[in-house]
Amino acid sequence: MNLSRKRRKAQVDTSLCVACGCCVKVCPLQAIEIVRGITARVNPDKCVGCGKCAAECPASVITIREVEA
Amino acid sequence: MKKHWYDYLWIASLLYLVLGFFNILFAWLGLLCFFIPLLFALVGGSKGYCNRYCGRGQLFGLLGGRFGLSRKKDVPGWMKSKVFRYGFLIFFFAMFFVMLWNTWLVFAGVQDLKQVVTLLWTFKLPWHWAYHGTLFAPGVAQFAFGFYSVMLTSTVLGLVTMVLFKPRSWCVYCPMGTMTQLICKARNGREV
Repeated sequence: MNLSRKRRKAQVDTSLCVACGCCVKVCPLQAIEIVRGITARVNPDKCVGCGKCAAECPASVITIREVEA
Repeated sequence: MKKHWYDYLWIASLLYLVLGFFNILFAWLGLLCFFIPLLFALVGGSKGYCNRYCGRGQLFGLLGGRFGLSRKKDVPGWMKSKVFRYGFLIFFFAMFFVMLWNTWLVFAGVQDLKQVVTLLWTFKLPWHWAYHGTLFAPGVAQFAFGFYSVMLTSTVLGLVTMVLFKPRSWCVYCPMGTMTQLICKARNGREV
């Protein structure tokens, strides 16, 4: 029996991220941050995959994906 | 979420555009939008200005978000490509230096002051009502007309892409954003 659960997490395409920080402002769990002015980075331990950041991202470079928990 | 004082900087951005209709010399204040992001990037190594204090981004976010003036569609792929972003940065700065050159010509007395605001680098809008003379050299006013042209042009472009795509689409190709990100990459290394 497979007991692994899938969870939804935000993923950032760091090659296209403009590091504007719009995602940071809308995240209700402070699970995303801008790292050294280069790109956004998701903390998978905090992210619940609500998708607010993906909807807000002006460049649409954040996707919600199912990952193994 | 708790609101901070800097969440209201969109008022300053709006006020800036309005003041330019009354006295063009207020355009000089726009230099803050150039130097503060650069200081954040050069000294702090961050995009703190974009992330927190950019009033223009907030204004687009408000108009496109709360006021519903945006289709909220994805920006096209080419708009977020490095070629376009860096190309636009180069073009924007080339136009900026043309503006500085024209200012210099007025300072040097080679050209007369032109009381126009140039929209989208092409359309010359009469703007004489916002000029009431200056205590300084005419070049000071020429810079104000030129700088206000830059600010108004970028606002118009930002509004168009706000309507067509997501509210803050301007952030994708904003030359200051691209430049500060480049500075951060150079300063902090590409590895994150």
